[in-house]
Amino acid sequence: MSTLAIDKSGPTRNVKYGSMSRDRTWALRWSYFFLTLFAIFSLVPPLYMLITSLKGSAEISAATNPWWIYHPTLENYVQLLTSNQFLRFFWNSAWVSIIVVTITMLISVPAAFALARMKFWGSATLATGVFLTYLIPDTLLFIPLFKMFATIGDWTGIQLINRWYVLLFIYPTLTVPFCTWIMIGYFASIPKELDEAAIIDGASWFQTLTRIFIPVALPGLIAATIFAFTVSWAQFLYPLVFTTSTDQLVLPVGIITTLIKGDVFNWGQIMTGALLGAAPPLIIYAFLMDYYIAGLTAGATKG
Amino acid sequence: MVDVTFQPNGVAAARTARKRGGLRNALRRKSTSAFLMTLPLIVLIAVLVIYPAFYSLHLATLNKSMSRFVGFGNFEFLFKRETFWLVVKQSCIFAISAVLFKALIGFIVAHFVHNVPANKQRKWRGMLLVPWVIPPAMSTLAWLWLFDPSYSAFNYTLSFFGIGPIPWTGDAVWARFSVILVNVWYGAPFFMIMYLAALKSVPEQLYEAAAIDGANWWQRIWYVTLPMMRNIIAITTLFSLIVTFANFDIVRILTAGGPLDHTHIFATWAFRVGIEGSDIPLGASVSLFMVPILAVAAVFILRDINKRGNEA
Repeated sequence: MSTLAIDKSGPTRNVKYGSMSRDRTWALRWSYFFLTLFAIFSLVPPLYMLITSLKGSAEISAATNPWWIYHPTLENYVQLLTSNQFLRFFWNSAWVSIIVVTITMLISVPAAFALARMKFWGSATLATGVFLTYLIPDTLLFIPLFKMFATIGDWTGIQLINRWYVLLFIYPTLTVPFCTWIMIGYFASIPKELDEAAIIDGASWFQTLTRIFIPVALPGLIAATIFAFTVSWAQFLYPLVFTTSTDQLVLPVGIITTLIKGDVFNWGQIMTGALLGAAPPLIIYAFLMDYYIAGLTAGATKG
Repeated sequence: MVDVTFQPNGVAAARTARKRGGLRNALRRKSTSAFLMTLPLIVLIAVLVIYPAFYSLHLATLNKSMSRFVGFGNFEFLFKRETFWLVVKQSCIFAISAVLFKALIGFIVAHFVHNVPANKQRKWRGMLLVPWVIPPAMSTLAWLWLFDPSYSAFNYTLSFFGIGPIPWTGDAVWARFSVILVNVWYGAPFFMIMYLAALKSVPEQLYEAAAIDGANWWQRIWYVTLPMMRNIIAITTLFSLIVTFANFDIVRILTAGGPLDHTHIFATWAFRVGIEGSDIPLGASVSLFMVPILAVAAVFILRDINKRGNEA
C-alpha cells in the first residue's frame, strides 16, 4: 500500500533521479577528461617516434616546431630498409625470437601438463620452484652466465660468446618459467572429467595432451606464445653482454650501438629504427589484444 | 614417444587384471613419463638459473683476475667506496618512488576506465596499454630524444609557458626524475590492467549495499574496493618492486648512470663494473646486493599465492 503512496509523490523522485544522472554525466565527463590526459601521456613517445621518423635530417637540425612535419619524407625508412646491416639485425631478432618461442613451447607445455595433472613426488614443490625462478631477474644472472659461457669456450673450444645463437640458450630462462606457470593455470582449469574420459577410452598421456589439453587450452597457449615472443624480441641486457660484432647483434642492441656514433646522433634514423623495432610487438598486440591481456593477468590470477 | 607405446598396455592391464602389481606398474609408468616431461624444464632451471645464481656467490669471492680467493674482500672494498652507497641510495629511491607512482596512477586510471561505458572500455584500454607493449629499449630511445639537451620537444613546448630549458638528463636531480618518469610511463599500464581486472571482479551488490548505507565515494573505495582488491594490489606491487629494482634498460639508455654516477642503480652499475670494467667478481658482488630485497618480496608473494591456493 505504501508503495502506491510513494509512486504518487512522483515529482520528488524524479528530481532526485535527475540529480543522480547529472552526477553520473559529470563523473563520466571527468573520466573522459582524465583518460584523454593519460592517453596523451601514454602515446606521446610513440607518436613522436613517428613524427621524427618522417623528417629529413635537415629539418631535424633546423630546430623547427618539433611536433609538426613541414617536409614529410620517407628517406629514413628507405635508408634503413636498404641497409644490409639493419636487415641483418632484423633477421637476427626474428630468428632468435621464433626459435626461442618454439623451444619454450616444447619445454613448458609438456612440463605444465605433467605438473598440472600427473601428480608425482615433488610436483607441487617443482611448480612453486618454477614460479620462484620467474622472479629471478636477468640482471642478477648476466655476469655468472657470461663467465660460464666464456669458460665453456675455453674448455671445449666451442665459441659461444659473440654468436647470436648463444641467445637461444639464455632466453628460455626468461620465457620458460612464466609460460610453464600460466600453462599450469590453464591446464588445471580444464575439468578432470575430460581427461578421465580420454583415459577410459584408452588414450595415452601423450594423446591426452595433444588431443584434449592443447586444443582446449588454446587461448592460454596463444597467450604464452605472445608472451615468449615479446620477451625475446624486447630483451636488451643479454644481447648487449653476449654479442658485440655488428653481424651478430639483435635489433634493440644494433640500433643503439650502430646508429649512435660517438656524440653524433642521427635521430631521424634512430627513431625510424626504434619504430620498426617496436612494430612486431605492436602489430601482434593490435590483432591479439585479448590474448595479450589474458596472458598479462594470468600470471597473478591463475595458479 | 615412450608413453605412446606403453600407456595403452598399462591401461589395458589395469582394466583386465586388477592386480596390485599391475596397478603399481601403471603408477610407476605415469610418474616416469611425468618425470620425462618435466626433465627439460628441470635441466634448464638447474643449469641456467640455479647454478649461475650460486656461481655468482663463488665469483664474488675471487680477485679481479679470478685467480685468487679473497673471501669478503670485494664486499669490504665496496663498503669503502662512496659510489656504492650512492648506488644503494639511488636504487631504493628509484624502486620505491617508481612503484608507488605506478601503483597510484594505475589505480586511478583503472577507475576511470571502469567508469566509462563497457563498449568504449576496450578502445581506452587498448590505447593506455601501448607503453607496456613497446620494447622498453625502443621507447626509452624516444624519451631520450624528447629529453635531448638542445632539441628537446618538451623544452620547446614549455618555453611557451615561460618555463626555462630543463636539463632533463644533465642535472643529477632532474636526471633521477626523468628516469623515474620513464619507468612510471612504462610500468603504470601493467598496474592499470591488473587493477581493472580486479575491479571487474568486485560484485556490484557490495557497492549497492554501501550506497544504501549512505557511503560516499571515498568510503566506497576504502571499505569495499580496497579490501576486495587487497590480494591483487599486494601481488602486483611486490612483483613490480622486483622488476623495478632489477631494472636495466631504461637507466642504461637514458643516462648510462650519469651525470657523475648520480642515476646508477645496482643493475647498471654491475654492468659498468663487471662487463665494461671487466672486473667480473666485483660486478657479481654488486648484483648480489639485489638478492635480499628480491628474497623478501618473493617470500611475501609466495605466501600470498599459497594462501589463495588454499582458499580455492
